[in-house]
Amino acid sequence: MAKVTVDGIEVEVPNGATVLQACEAAGKEIPRFCYHERLSIAGNCRMCLVELEKAPKPIASCAYPVADGMVIRTDSPMVRNARRGVMEFLLINHPLDCPICDQGGECDLQDQAYAYGMDRSRFREAKRSVKDKYVGPLIKTIMTRCIHCTRCIRFSQEVAGVPELGATGRGEAMEVGTYVEQALHTELSGNLIDICPVGALTSRPYAYVSRPWELRKTDSVDVLDAVGCNIRVDSRGPEVLRILPRTNDEVNEEWLGDRSRFAIDGLKRRRLDRPWVRKDGRLAPATWPEAFAAIARRLTALPGHRIGAVAGDLADAEAIIALKDLMAALGSANLDCRQDGAALDASRRDFYLFNTSIAGIEEADALLIVGSNPRVEAPVLNARIRKRAIAGKPFPVGYIGPRVVNLTYPADHLGEGPAALRALLGGAHPFAETLRKAERPMLILGRGAVARADGAAVLAAAWRLAVETGMLKPDWHGFNLLHLFGGQVGALDLGFVPGEGGKDLAAMLAGDVDALWLLGADGFDPARIPPSTFVIYQGHHGDRAAARADVILPGAAYTEKDGTYVNTEGRVQRGYLAVHPPGEAREDWRIIRAFSEGIGRRLPYDDLAGLRARLVEANPVFGTVGTLERRGGADLRGPAGDPAAMGESPFVLPIANYYQADAISRASDTMAECARVYGSGAHARLAAE
Amino acid sequence: MALSDKDRIFTNLYGLQPWSLHAARRRGAWDGTAALIARGRDWVVEEVKNSGLRGRGGAGFPTGLKWSFMPKQSDGRPHYLVVNADESEPGTCKDRDIIRHDPHLLIEGCLLAGFAMGANTGYIYIRGEYYNESVVLEAAIREAYEAGLLGRNAARSGWDFDLYVHRGAGAYICGEETALIESLEGKKGMPRLKPPFPAAVGLYGCPTTVNNVETIAVVPTILRRGAAWFAGFGRPKNSGTKIFCIQGHVNRPCNVEEEMSIPLRELIERHAGGVRGGWDNLLAVIPGGSSTPLIPKHVCDDVLMDFDALRDVKSGLGTAGVIVMDRSTDVIKAIARLSKFYKHESCGQCTPCREGMGWVWRVMERMVEGRAEIEEIDVLEEVTRRIEGHTICALADGGVWPVQGLIRHFRPLMEERIAAYRARHGSPQPALPMAAE
Repeated sequence: MAKVTVDGIEVEVPNGATVLQACEAAGKEIPRFCYHERLSIAGNCRMCLVELEKAPKPIASCAYPVADGMVIRTDSPMVRNARRGVMEFLLINHPLDCPICDQGGECDLQDQAYAYGMDRSRFREAKRSVKDKYVGPLIKTIMTRCIHCTRCIRFSQEVAGVPELGATGRGEAMEVGTYVEQALHTELSGNLIDICPVGALTSRPYAYVSRPWELRKTDSVDVLDAVGCNIRVDSRGPEVLRILPRTNDEVNEEWLGDRSRFAIDGLKRRRLDRPWVRKDGRLAPATWPEAFAAIARRLTALPGHRIGAVAGDLADAEAIIALKDLMAALGSANLDCRQDGAALDASRRDFYLFNTSIAGIEEADALLIVGSNPRVEAPVLNARIRKRAIAGKPFPVGYIGPRVVNLTYPADHLGEGPAALRALLGGAHPFAETLRKAERPMLILGRGAVARADGAAVLAAAWRLAVETGMLKPDWHGFNLLHLFGGQVGALDLGFVPGEGGKDLAAMLAGDVDALWLLGADGFDPARIPPSTFVIYQGHHGDRAAARADVILPGAAYTEKDGTYVNTEGRVQRGYLAVHPPGEAREDWRIIRAFSEGIGRRLPYDDLAGLRARLVEANPVFGTVGTLERRGGADLRGPAGDPAAMGESPFVLPIANYYQADAISRASDTMAECARVYGSGAHARLAAE
Repeated sequence: MALSDKDRIFTNLYGLQPWSLHAARRRGAWDGTAALIARGRDWVVEEVKNSGLRGRGGAGFPTGLKWSFMPKQSDGRPHYLVVNADESEPGTCKDRDIIRHDPHLLIEGCLLAGFAMGANTGYIYIRGEYYNESVVLEAAIREAYEAGLLGRNAARSGWDFDLYVHRGAGAYICGEETALIESLEGKKGMPRLKPPFPAAVGLYGCPTTVNNVETIAVVPTILRRGAAWFAGFGRPKNSGTKIFCIQGHVNRPCNVEEEMSIPLRELIERHAGGVRGGWDNLLAVIPGGSSTPLIPKHVCDDVLMDFDALRDVKSGLGTAGVIVMDRSTDVIKAIARLSKFYKHESCGQCTPCREGMGWVWRVMERMVEGRAEIEEIDVLEEVTRRIEGHTICALADGGVWPVQGLIRHFRPLMEERIAAYRARHGSPQPALPMAAE
């Protein structure tokens, strides 16, 4: 620890800390532009200059290491003059277009000019103007506003792992761009908007849409991938206008994937805003009582075992438990939430969770990825792996799956299919030795790798490999399953899988049921449903399955309800209603509850509190919202399945098109444009190069 | 009293003899190099310290002290010697003559300096425009390798030393030591934050010392003739001999090796044939390359050419590129041209330099015409003060010092110019309507 005096306040900070951190510890605000906690230090904006006793010149506090006995002043004339000077220099070539700038109201330059700048300009020359650059369909650039802090350059190099941004030219001719004009190939590009301290990089879809002070801000959780990124939903009236990440160091730090951020225009299009009932082969608008009556007529005539239910990938735990209870009331055990047919074993939680935890990735010292491209399936989680990979200490990564994948960090390609896994299991492969030697090795098994005919065998083989290579220790659990969407783990935690004598999805689609209740289940081809099956579709988007439905019950999207979700780590998180569902659409659990009452099998909860008590009863983990208890891998007994039964066909990645992977993003124009520009995904082109 | 021929280090500064190894040996280069190395690393450093040698690249940092910052024991990382031959300071051309006429002094110096800092590898970063010089240097290095003076067991000293030449691409900023290191690593030439200093984390993250060509080239002679000999020239703390580059309005522009602390007037009159039109026709002198503030004639009359004397008159010895301006010079225009140079050469990293240099240059351009308000002279002065000392490297300091020197010594002339413009055109219109903020 080093003792440092800041403006007469003595603080103790760890050795190796910077002067800026010491100043913050003393409660002194230090203005900055280029400094960002999660990026390397550039020290070029010069806004954070402070006075160090006995130093002839002010020092850049963001970069200067503390030493014991330092005396710092942050309020001396020297410091004030330096800040005022830097502010003046930044503003001389910065356009005065705040009134039309989308950053206005949440602009670091604006705020700091107000706090540290002068009240007039002495600059009488012509201002510089810079040509705008095209960096893709998501980011709008107004490069004249750029203050050359290089945060965007450092972000793309360090966090996103795509060194495509850089500065050309020097002196006042320095310009930030992509050298050759092209769209940035990263699924994390939206974060550039957040880290840009001025209005140089702003959101293209959000351009001129709103002012920050007009927005109502609601904390929520993202469900478009399984990371469970903490988000803030900014809405005005009935519209969600934008989604921003919230800081959660355990989960997403402060990043957010592009689909999660920009798919929101999909929330306004192709919405189911009223019930529909099929009459004479055609769907016709209906009222709620008519829709309920049509369902009741059919369901009450069937025995329980001829009714089935499928939970979708974006469903909230409340709706899932309500549907499960309804099915129980109807006498059905035909439940499934694994639309992709993943052979997941729901009998024990650590068989299907990302047990290492996202933050735990940083403690790992070797990684094997099997049948997954985390860059596409969970971009923010992939950024965490990259963070570990470039952290300095060796981090060997092995990868089994299709060859053309660019993970943004070096990885040994060990093979394309189960054969590689088999080689590792035998210990013949040198990477098995690498894993065995590691203190904290981990394995990421993609959901795609188990969603195949020999899925159970792959799951069992991966588990056995984890056991053999020492991934399971009392204080370390290195077996991880990477899910794809926010509702998948919650459904598994609630046991939304075939019960005693129940049928799974494949059996239900084979004609073993006469009625099928789809809760936002758009994850499989509805053409597989036999023509004679009566289909109830409850959901928010007129996506794949709705057209096949006999009755449509309009539900609420994740921004329109208070919902509980479990991310791939098993972390229970809660989202809140930001806007009301459109038209006659209702929160999903209320629909099910209302229906149950209509058929005389009233579910025993009248409000959200009651329902959530039921959730905790179903699985106590729902009582631990926000926190995550990391468990070691004490129990080595593996999931059902025989590793020897693995086939030969290579693994196929489950998400071919990052930008259009779910009902919401498929309805989004922005995502359609991205898919057009990037082909099937930003990673695809890089991988092909 | 001028430096006598027997005390010259650069005996082939004018290229009257060949640069080759054979000729260099006859001039005394590579004489007893192994014996010098045999006296040990500490002795070399101590001798250089005692000689009072200060860096010849402009900042004048004591060389022996700089070498002693290198770790005594390697922690496994190699040490590097980097020689800064990116001589880009306007008004300076000494390293060029050393390299093209006496490269073996530099190469021998590299071996000795490399040994003194525990470096087995040296890089000479030469500015891109010095193409012919780089050809000579490469040829001289090849000669040295063939003669066993470089490579394994260099000069039979028991020390392995490899030397490489790297050509820059012609950026002034790459003469700044950390920008040079970045450029050498293949990156954009932008100065690094300090600390850590290169002696701890330099080239490829390893301990590195960057020295000017002249600094390294004088080392062999210092070691051969003794620290006391070298320290015997010049005033205390400003000892040694130094190559001065005299140009501008003098009758015979030249490079000349002279004793430190020689009076400026004597230097010009003895070696450069005097100021054009006589000493009284002198207007001002930029004494140490373009970054140093000019000094007007009355200061030039008796100022000594060394670090401390010039610092006392608020200028500096810099690289000892003496730019002489007689009374025919438009000194405002001359300084405006320098401002343009620094604006052009700013790397663009730090805000004050990137934005401020262009501002200063534009105001200077108006000052040349007189199209300005008298108060703007004060604004200009304050802007330079807000640039100076607020950046990562010293380019910005060197870029605004000439302007500060101009205002310090020629403010009446600037005011006169403004008044004359006003008399001709009335009150100046701002270039653009002032923003209404």
